Amino acid sequence: MDFTLDTGNTAWMLISSVIVLMMTVPALAFFYGGMVRGKSVLNMLMMNFIAVGTVGLVWILYGYSMTFGGSTTGVGQFVDNPFEYFGLVGLTDDKSLMAASGVPALVAVAFQATFAVITVALISGAIADRIKFGSWIAFTVVWVTAVYFPLAHMVWGGGFLGVGGKVSEWLSTPIDFAGGTVVHINAGAAGLALALLLGRRKGWPTSPIRPHNLPYVMLGAALLWVGWFGFNAGSEFAADGTAGRAWINTFVATCAAMLTWLVTEKIRDGHATSLGAASGVVAGLVAITPAAAAVDSFGAIAIGAIAGTVCALAVGLKFKFGFDDALDVVGVHLVGGITGTVLIGLLATNKQGGWYPDGAQNGLLYGGGATQLITQILVAAIAVVFSFVLTYVIGSIIKAVTGLRVSEEDEVSGVDLALHGETAYETLDGSRVLTEVN
Amino acid sequence: MTKLVTAVIQPHRLDDVKSALEAAGVRGLTVSEASGYGRQRGHTEVYRGAEYTVDLVPKVKIDVLVADEDAYGVTEVVIKAAQTGKIGDGKVWVVPVEDVARVRTGEHGDDAL
Repeated sequence: MDFTLDTGNTAWMLISSVIVLMMTVPALAFFYGGMVRGKSVLNMLMMNFIAVGTVGLVWILYGYSMTFGGSTTGVGQFVDNPFEYFGLVGLTDDKSLMAASGVPALVAVAFQATFAVITVALISGAIADRIKFGSWIAFTVVWVTAVYFPLAHMVWGGGFLGVGGKVSEWLSTPIDFAGGTVVHINAGAAGLALALLLGRRKGWPTSPIRPHNLPYVMLGAALLWVGWFGFNAGSEFAADGTAGRAWINTFVATCAAMLTWLVTEKIRDGHATSLGAASGVVAGLVAITPAAAAVDSFGAIAIGAIAGTVCALAVGLKFKFGFDDALDVVGVHLVGGITGTVLIGLLATNKQGGWYPDGAQNGLLYGGGATQLITQILVAAIAVVFSFVLTYVIGSIIKAVTGLRVSEEDEVSGVDLALHGETAYETLDGSRVLTEVN
Repeated sequence: MTKLVTAVIQPHRLDDVKSALEAAGVRGLTVSEASGYGRQRGHTEVYRGAEYTVDLVPKVKIDVLVADEDAYGVTEVVIKAAQTGKIGDGKVWVVPVEDVARVRTGEHGDDAL
């Protein structure tokens, strides 16, 4: 493809790349960090920081090549060649993922790097308070290589779940605008697998494991929301009307989800909580991600409203089934990701500024029949199974080689001290009472 | 002889109790944070639908050293200032103190108060 630089689009993609990186550090780090106890907040921040470090390195070395190397046939339906653009050598602008909108190849590498980073970082919420730091580092590298790069390639890099892929030939092209399957279902299913392998934290679920800093959680959620406009509107790869549609949908779905989460917990628990507002925001953002440009305003409101309630109820699943998904990666990201991905099958439209890829169809409620719904259910199921099974295998191997979990003593005294030799606060019990009254 | 009056009260009554004691002529006291429960037990908090019972609720503990004959009066002052009539208002108790010394001067007994 001939390449003509478009500075407007390129500027937007550079800005998006920066604010999506902000979603991991500091936003997600503090969203999660506030939810854990004071004795493990540093470890939670560190798991997010180190994910940027490891994934950032391998992305530049071979990750981009394995995801967007350009292969579409044979093995290329599943994964790309890590050596095609190893170290980004040979990657010229005419081969840019975003060449059609005049955005240079290296900017595409930057934007997509932030997606790989946050997907890995999201998993850390499920396994808070108890994983060895070295095992987590090893996991980030192996997992992003064996699970994220292939799945992102399958959906966005010319694989069998994308435009012109096998599923597109059989049914219709799956719609995943910004990462419902690749990012959220993927991280959610992986979090579930790792949480099962690690087992429950000592005392869970009988003794209280309360969020230690809800203002951090609110701040993190708010920064995630800001960054998410880069995530979703940036996934248009251009500064145009479709990006505007994605921005509007990302905004309004999140508004609706916050409201329905709060209403749900007000009815069920008696209070509208700050943790509920923060959680509702993230649930809405997750659910609208795959649909960002592919629904109209009413579709976006419906997706957000449904996701807010569904996720508020889904965070109770871990108590029902007894898996210790510490910060609800399953309840919010897996369930929210599936909700958004499947609802596209009902609500997809390319009217009102909406857009979906070649070969996709309108949703059932927009006169498109059931084909897109079946496609969306299929691609969600494939993502769940692919991620869960591979993660379980990877986690089991690391468990056998180095072990996954810290000792009980370290877990009780706090992983901050045990793993990092630091504590976050001078007094862990806090001087709450006197500062409150004076 | 000296008595130690100890009160465990609701944190939000601290300012009133301090003022009342000062008005009653008490010249020094020690305040510390405490947590515990009495008949009111704790309370419950709900996080993402998961209910946690918080057994130990925050309280403020006040220690006042007084002369024998003032102990009853000080106790009454604390009660009057700290009372809201609701469950969880706290307790006041008095214990005898064998000796008190002022570190700066070395005085002992009621002279050290």
